[in-house]
Amino acid sequence: MNGKALPYLLLMPATLFLGVFFLYPFVLVAFEAVTRDGAFTLDNFRTMAGSWKFPATVRNTLLLAAIVVPIQLAMALLMASIVSRLETGRSGALYIFAIPLGISDLAAGLIWLAIFDQSGFLNTLLSSLGIVDRPVMFLGYQSKLTIFIAVALAEIWRATAIMMVILVAGMGLIPREYYEAAEVFGAGPWKRFLRITLPLLRPSLQTAIILRVILAFEVFAVVAALGGTNLPVLMGETYNWQFTLQDRNVAAASALLILAISIGFTLFFLRVLRVPKEARI
Amino acid sequence: MSAVAEAPVAATADTRKAGDWLLVAAAILLCVWVLLPIYLLIVNALSSPEEVTAFPKRFFPSFDIGSLSFFINFAGVASALWNSVLVATLTMILSIGFGAPAGYALSRFDFPGKGTFRFLVLMTRAFPLPLLALPLAVMFIRTGLDDTALGLALVHTTLALPFAVLITFSLFSGIPVELEEAAWTLGCTRWQAFRKVILPLALPGIAASAVFAFTISWNEVFAAAVLTIENRTLTAFLLQSLGESPLYLKFAGGAALVVPALIFIFAVRKYLFAMWGIANR
Repeated sequence: MNGKALPYLLLMPATLFLGVFFLYPFVLVAFEAVTRDGAFTLDNFRTMAGSWKFPATVRNTLLLAAIVVPIQLAMALLMASIVSRLETGRSGALYIFAIPLGISDLAAGLIWLAIFDQSGFLNTLLSSLGIVDRPVMFLGYQSKLTIFIAVALAEIWRATAIMMVILVAGMGLIPREYYEAAEVFGAGPWKRFLRITLPLLRPSLQTAIILRVILAFEVFAVVAALGGTNLPVLMGETYNWQFTLQDRNVAAASALLILAISIGFTLFFLRVLRVPKEARI
Repeated sequence: MSAVAEAPVAATADTRKAGDWLLVAAAILLCVWVLLPIYLLIVNALSSPEEVTAFPKRFFPSFDIGSLSFFINFAGVASALWNSVLVATLTMILSIGFGAPAGYALSRFDFPGKGTFRFLVLMTRAFPLPLLALPLAVMFIRTGLDDTALGLALVHTTLALPFAVLITFSLFSGIPVELEEAAWTLGCTRWQAFRKVILPLALPGIAASAVFAFTISWNEVFAAAVLTIENRTLTAFLLQSLGESPLYLKFAGGAALVVPALIFIFAVRKYLFAMWGIANR
């Protein structure tokens, strides 16, 4: 076999696959979003934006991301710092912190349902402490705020691990000498974190934030399990357009909106957290 | 030794000790934060249906298998479990089958177009991939792949393939090319050298990324719910019965999703960094 052709031969299956099942569907979804019965139109977007739920949908999704992601970033940094400083039990702690990585968003929603449900563990705790007389309905259609809090908690619980693992790997790449030198010059732990860890962690921070923000816009099953339709989010509405309302052109328009937001934020973070070539480790 | 010289040393030792205690306390607290919700779900799954809906709740399981046996015998659950396993197995085979050759090519050859391919793989990260299920639903109806395990596995492979490529790339890069060259000089063909020298060394890592692909498919909700109607997977089944199913069915189903995931994550814990940390850089 010709040595020059071999790499292309090895790459061909994966490339063809991504072409057919990744690039082509995107062309298709964009096409479906701007046409109806074969004619070019922007009606799908108008229908989507005209729905009475639409403003709440966009607001909920963005607000959820805006609240959840910064908290997760702080927690992931804390977890990663703990793991990298722990001497005994390091791998055990790491495994436990990483567990939610393997848990489906639907399962995470059900886990938090066990806590927030009317006959759930939170109510049991509150009533045994004498704080409430009878079980509170946290997830009813009138309690949008508690639904929002429950969804935010479930999201924080579920998806902090993905950032943590990326940050732990990034911290492992920072040379020990930097910390030793800083210690010699009298920098305390907090100063070392601010002046060494954070700046040198920038490439990992960038990846972690981009990945997490995109996942935040995809929030779907957690909301379905905890709030049903009481807390509409973009992905859930896309699903509704496809199934309940049986209109795949509007569903495609809705999908395109999620895509546009995701790409917009990816470009934003690529730019804001840009790492100059000469500053890489 | 005078008391004056001893005092500051003791003080630093004290602060260090206090810092260590704080570190351990924070680590334990975060472990509880991760584990407690899972424990509560398991308590529910191991209680009888009456106990699950009762109030107040007990914080310990009664080890009654009533909920679990109701779940297993519920119409559609057994086939949903089987479909989940089938789709996840197909995803595993497809993503390793397509991904490993590409990873090998990236690690061993320099060729024009390498950068473009890496860009294509990394680009998949910036997109909410489950949305691809929407346009593909139509394409699958035309090709007869609608509502089949293979159709859904193809969509799940777009999620798992980029990981498979990047993980196998870092695996093969970690095996010195000299080993392969030694085998060639001893008369092995390229394929023999790969099979006899490289493959045994890479196999545990490949197995770990296969488990990872399985988990990705096992946990995926949106595409599964969009693409399957009769042959629903477990996640699709649970999502679509959220509205009408009783609490104990939800919690038993949640536990059925979580427990295999815990085992998967435990099985691949050594490779967590190769998979998330490094693959994401």
